[in-house]
Amino acid sequence: MSPTITTAGELTADDLPGTRPDGGQGAPVYDVTVVGAGVVGAAIARELARYRLRTALLDASDDIGNGTSKANTAILHTGFDAVPGSLEARLVREGQQRLRAYAAETGIPVERVGALLVAWDEEQLAALPALLAKAERNDYHAARLLDAGELRAREPHLGPGALGALEIPDESIICPWTTPLAYATQAVRAGVHLHLNCRVRHIDSGDDVHTLTTTRGTLHTRHLINAAGLHADELDRELGHDDFTVTPRRGQLIVFDKLARGLVGHILLPVPTAAGKGVLVAPTVFGNVLLGPTAEDLDDKTATGSTADAITMLREKGRRILPELLDEEVTAVYAGLRAATGQEDCRIRSRPDRRYIAVGGIRSTGLTASMAIAVHVMELLGDSGLDPGTPSELPPVTMPNLGEAFPRPYQDAGLIAADPAYGTLVCHCERVSAGEIRDALTGTVPPHSPDGLRRRTRAGNGRCQGFYCGAAVRALFEEART
Amino acid sequence: MTRRERTVDVLIVGGGPAGLGAGAELAASGAGRVEILEREQTAGGIPRHCHHGGFGGHTIGGGTTGPAYARGCVAAAVRAGAILRTGVTVTGWAGPLTVDTTAPTGLERITARAIVLATGARERPRSARLVPGSRPPGVYTTGELQQAVHLHRQRIGSRAVVIGNEPVGRAAADTLRVAGLDVVAMVTDQPSSRLAALTRPGDRTPVLGRTTVTALTGRERLTGVAVRHHDGRTTTLRCDTVVFTGDWIPDHELARRGELALDPGTRGPAYDAAHRTTGTGIFAVGNLLHGVESAGFALAEGRAAAAPVLRHLTTGAWPTGRTPLAVDAPLRWIAPNLIGPDGGLPLRGRFTLRTTGRLASPLFVVRQDGRELHRQRLLLPAVPDRAFHLRADWLDRVDPHGGTVRIAVR
Ligand SMILES: Cc1cc2nc3c(=O)[nH]c(=O)nc-3n(C[C@H](O)[C@H](O)[C@H](O)COP(=O)(O)OP(=O)(O)OC[C@H]3O[C@@H](n4cnc5c(N)ncnc54)[C@H](O)[C@@H]3O)c2cc1C
Ligand SMILES: Cc1cc2nc3c(=O)[nH]c(=O)nc-3n(C[C@H](O)[C@H](O)[C@H](O)COP(=O)(O)OP(=O)(O)OC[C@H]3O[C@@H](n4cnc5c(N)ncnc54)[C@H](O)[C@@H]3O)c2cc1C
Repeated sequence: MSPTITTAGELTADDLPGTRPDGGQGAPVYDVTVVGAGVVGAAIARELARYRLRTALLDASDDIGNGTSKANTAILHTGFDAVPGSLEARLVREGQQRLRAYAAETGIPVERVGALLVAWDEEQLAALPALLAKAERNDYHAARLLDAGELRAREPHLGPGALGALEIPDESIICPWTTPLAYATQAVRAGVHLHLNCRVRHIDSGDDVHTLTTTRGTLHTRHLINAAGLHADELDRELGHDDFTVTPRRGQLIVFDKLARGLVGHILLPVPTAAGKGVLVAPTVFGNVLLGPTAEDLDDKTATGSTADAITMLREKGRRILPELLDEEVTAVYAGLRAATGQEDCRIRSRPDRRYIAVGGIRSTGLTASMAIAVHVMELLGDSGLDPGTPSELPPVTMPNLGEAFPRPYQDAGLIAADPAYGTLVCHCERVSAGEIRDALTGTVPPHSPDGLRRRTRAGNGRCQGFYCGAAVRALFEEART
Repeated sequence: MTRRERTVDVLIVGGGPAGLGAGAELAASGAGRVEILEREQTAGGIPRHCHHGGFGGHTIGGGTTGPAYARGCVAAAVRAGAILRTGVTVTGWAGPLTVDTTAPTGLERITARAIVLATGARERPRSARLVPGSRPPGVYTTGELQQAVHLHRQRIGSRAVVIGNEPVGRAAADTLRVAGLDVVAMVTDQPSSRLAALTRPGDRTPVLGRTTVTALTGRERLTGVAVRHHDGRTTTLRCDTVVFTGDWIPDHELARRGELALDPGTRGPAYDAAHRTTGTGIFAVGNLLHGVESAGFALAEGRAAAAPVLRHLTTGAWPTGRTPLAVDAPLRWIAPNLIGPDGGLPLRGRFTLRTTGRLASPLFVVRQDGRELHRQRLLLPAVPDRAFHLRADWLDRVDPHGGTVRIAVR
């Protein structure tokens, strides 16, 4: 089966599923349509791809994972600090296990660096035992308390005054970009249709089909899954529900140069206070160091810009945590918007009578929970009258390794001998080869912008931000398009 | 399959003017196998995409164009017998004088008797300057802009703002005009200087001095640059392209991964007048040491490093415990910044310095452990982004066992 990805023009009969699965006549109808190709929607589409269903995955943007999913802290959480008994707690715990296994199978880089919740004053120190107990209630049993000496031995560059820490050895870092790409690639290879630049504007719900009016024409589906992230509430209202309102909560982050990576071994978490989770310092799988995020409640769902005040605030906090970090060069400043809904837990709600599932309020753990959310949604679908049939094996995928802790093509003599393009470096800061760029441009789900290419290869993602390679990378991108 | 292991006499990392200059001189003086590694497909360094004139000449507008200059440097090195290999990236260290490389022809591990680092400098991009706002396309450094226009003939946009007003900013403005853009303004947080503008007759671009960039706006594409003037007024300059120029940082990755000490001012390896770093057998030349000087200066440094490299190949000697040189604010850096035991003078008998703020006829005072070594007044003002110099003829007064030599300004 050749994969179906459409990116422009009216959706025509060729792009849509053929006759109705029951053999009846009428407009082509998908069995299930997932709106939103973020990490959550892509995970759901991948789960659906196991079955003989006609499935569509739609996104308003020109790429998968182009919303909140591209701009987070990229931590594979254990869920040690979730609200015990909540749906989110379960989904994070299960999702983490599933994603960890999936990453090992597909080559998504994960590093189990562990986290340290660092106490900087007596009050925070006093709060640690309760957090340890909470971790236990969340079925996480590997956490333990460290005294100041042990803490300093683990993190010698920590600023003065740290009194102790709670260690969470299984908190990990993961690649936020290859995860949704792996899901989408596998889904598309298994026959899911991916329609990009396809924003759902309006929904008419009839007795057995939903008619979606999109920016690229009309599409029909029996079952509808709303994984529209920040816009999930708007879609929900299209269907006549008024269950929740998404209030974007901005998180701004600073990425420091790879030369800073040696300063920090663990994810350094603050002890949570009433004011929220606070600012962390964490390594990334790309070998950088992150400082952030902020937590700002806004009303503009497009406000992914950074601000001078936040940068100043982050630098002040960072200076306390890891003073030497501030002397290092900054590679990037970015912001992501969490889909907060005014309620702690996520808002996954099935309306079996309407053949509709809203996957809303996937706030700050959606990357970790994505695969468990997908399984949960699949179960809910079964309850709403869809008989998916028996699952089959998904085609295997192997993702290009973007992780610094694993061998990269530029270091692989055998690979270069077989194909010298892997020895031709284009992006020097990130050591991205022409071979990797070519592979990304001809991949199952290819990028539609240099930015999309950057998320698939790291090209242009480094300290020079294109001073050396920007023009050459763009030339390769343009060449592939013509 | 593994790495091919080889040895050479002198390995030069970086085939820009500095590395090529060092290679030419070393090969000509019989240093043995002198190999220059350049990661780009074409050697020549930054001048390859500087299509304006002004390379190698001693007068404004004199000399030749960047690409011609780059070709000249390459030809001279090759003619002298240096082995120049392009498309070869030095990716790290495997020993004190051993590096790992990646090339389409495979992986190597090369051990040398001496290594010359000549990896150049780059302009800090928008992110490193912590300029807030959105992250739309249309944001460049001069390096990327020049390559896009001159090497790849890419479309840029229609209205541009240039951040910076030093010569490289002017080069960016020229490139933008060649590419058919309107240059709406040049913005600098320094007092606007007409000096740079005067060098280019017919250049009427307004220079907004003492103005800071507060944000970039736009989503799919840049729509403007928000600025604040020194009097507090704010405006947004409408444009679809912005170029961040100047603000140099040496490409010191290899130097740092090789655990060479860095100078806190230049951010390049600390080095003495003989271009010796703190790593035995490792020399450094060019903009890696001081982002940024002219190509001619980088070339001259490369050439000048040949004699000390040869001396090291012969004697194997390497100084330890050299006295550091440091500057007090508002001075930014001084190069060279270590004082060698042999009293050698830096290139042209003078130190190169930079300041963070304008200094009208400054008086420099050089002291060591409270003892004054030298005093010198500059007749011209010292301005940021432009080199000025300090005589080096007081070096024999330095106590080699004393503390840091500090340079203050009055
Ligand atoms: C600062 C920050 C830090 C975070 N850190 C972590 C972390 O460390 N670990 C972790 O697990 N999680 C983290 N998260 C959370 C995680 O990023 C999110 O939970 C996750 O990305 C949500 O994915 P999503 O698919 O629901 O949303 P999105 O990625 O936003 O996807 C929604 C998609 O829907 C599309 N869409 C919207 N409306 C329409 C429409 N009408 N028609 C068609 N398409 C539409 C959008 O284009 C978008 O692509 C963090 C989040 C933030 C902001
Ligand atoms: C936009 C711009 C305009 C300029 N205009 C002028 C002008 O008009 N006149 C003038 O005289 N000067 C000008 N200059 C300055 C001049 O270009 C530099 O001084 C000169 O190029 C410095 O030479 P260099 O050899 O030190 O560094 P570079 O020219 O930067 O060369 C360094 C080389 O090292 C290579 N390299 C780096 N790391 C590795 C590695 N790990 N492995 C292999 N190779 C590596 C790089 O690819 C590069 O080719 C300008 C500079 C810029 C950026």
